[in-house]
Amino acid sequence: MNKIIRNIRTNILNLTYKAKSSHIGSCLSIVEILAVLYTRILKKNDRFILSKGHAALALYCTLFEKKLISSKILNSFGSNKTILMNHVSHKVNGVEFSTGSLGHGLPVAVGKALKFKMNKEKNKVFALLSDGEMNEGTTWESLLFASHHKLDNLTIIIDYNKIQSMDFVHNVINIEPLKTKLLSFGCNVYEINGHNILAISRSLTRKNKNKPKIIIANTIKGKGISFMENNNLWHYKNPDIKELNTGLNEIKNRYA
Amino acid sequence: MRKLFIKQLVQNSNKKKNYLLINDLGYNVIEPFKKKFPDRIFNAGVSEQNMMGMAAGIASEKCNVFVYSIANFSTFRCAEQIRNDIDYHKLPVTIVSVGSGVGYGNLGYTHHALQDYALMRSFPNMLILSPGDNNELIGLLDYIKKNPQPSYLRLDKNEHEEIKFKKITVSPGKIVKLINGNKKKIILITGCVQNLAKNIRLKKYKDYSLYSMPIWGMLAKSKAKSIIKKFDEIITIEDHFYDGGFGSWLKECINYTNIKTKIKSKYIRSEIINEVGSKEYLLKKYGPK
Repeated sequence: MNKIIRNIRTNILNLTYKAKSSHIGSCLSIVEILAVLYTRILKKNDRFILSKGHAALALYCTLFEKKLISSKILNSFGSNKTILMNHVSHKVNGVEFSTGSLGHGLPVAVGKALKFKMNKEKNKVFALLSDGEMNEGTTWESLLFASHHKLDNLTIIIDYNKIQSMDFVHNVINIEPLKTKLLSFGCNVYEINGHNILAISRSLTRKNKNKPKIIIANTIKGKGISFMENNNLWHYKNPDIKELNTGLNEIKNRYA
Repeated sequence: MRKLFIKQLVQNSNKKKNYLLINDLGYNVIEPFKKKFPDRIFNAGVSEQNMMGMAAGIASEKCNVFVYSIANFSTFRCAEQIRNDIDYHKLPVTIVSVGSGVGYGNLGYTHHALQDYALMRSFPNMLILSPGDNNELIGLLDYIKKNPQPSYLRLDKNEHEEIKFKKITVSPGKIVKLINGNKKKIILITGCVQNLAKNIRLKKYKDYSLYSMPIWGMLAKSKAKSIIKKFDEIITIEDHFYDGGFGSWLKECINYTNIKTKIKSKYIRSEIINEVGSKEYLLKKYGPK
């Protein structure tokens, strides 16, 4: 697992440097979540929707580890003619649904979960949301519906890295008390350390009945590279050569 | 037209594939579907964006979804869900809107459908399904049953008298002859403006033929182009603003070509209507003449 996590972070950093793209902080905060989902949780007919579509590169790097996309395709990130859009695209093998505008992934996931439940199909649906998406009206519309219809085949993971695009979440639109809000919407809610493999696995495998499951994953934006951690500059900025090399060294040492 | 739509949908939904979503409306219309398929109809509540996203989600699992609402709710309110989730993914969702033009005359400007073509025809995969009578509606639903895809079905609020059933085959860009007349000069309509068009024809264009185009949209432009060039003059009539409407779409079809067909358009006056009244009153005052 450590190797996969190291590889994903290394590829995210290298490709962000090469493509001069944004959102590296948002990618680094979900690496452990994606690694656990793709190595231990998702079964053949399960569905995973990355609703925070701007973290596409983290998903592409995970799909590469799972051999769902080739190194040629992965390395095309940032070049002309690539299919690897900077917001996740369903044209890429292994990607369930295109997102990019926040607040779209959850309603789609709810539709899928509803269809499976009505047809008594055992597939599970997972959606990974950003904390910024807690600002979106559709998130709460979907929760009302999912809870009313007891969609216990739906698991929502919130990447709670506490920083949205322009500032800390509590400075933009405070979403606390988040757990209380989600509980009051009729969901089973668990709060975990979103970088702890065991905690992620346990919360995802916990039996769930009659209610949608929500996992608030407390994470660190920019996790794994000290100067990027908890700094919203890295929502937009891409590293220069010096920052790239420092970052690569840090990843090598921290995830040896 | 609403009741016939539901009747046909029930008839076409025998396979376990069709779902119907509503946003807390459809009283005295949707009941036959609910009775026959209670586990395939869902009231999404007053939340159009979630409803449209869910429609995409269900459709992405190899189902056909019909979303039934009043025109303003099922279009502009959830425009991005239609653009990104349905049209981009090319999913078989038919967005059904009731109250074309000023159908909900007394409910006011918020409920008038005067710009919906403009929005819906800007999506590359979206077909516009705009029936003018019951036969066209049945033909359209047969087409969409055989060719499930993103589509926008625009229905008249009023029920149409049961005319003698005549099976017609419709397809994108194809025209249907309603009144025989001049071979080169025609009136071409879309949607529920047949009576209006017949009156205008009698007053001003007595010898013109009358045709309708029940299916159009971006995908149908090249087919429409090949039809337009057969005529010298086309008068379009619609219950929508000119901007982004059917007449302007038809002109776009022959832009940058050497087709010389003269196209004139009649439409609802492009302004915010600040008074209410019956559909007939509003059409008489603001509608095509």
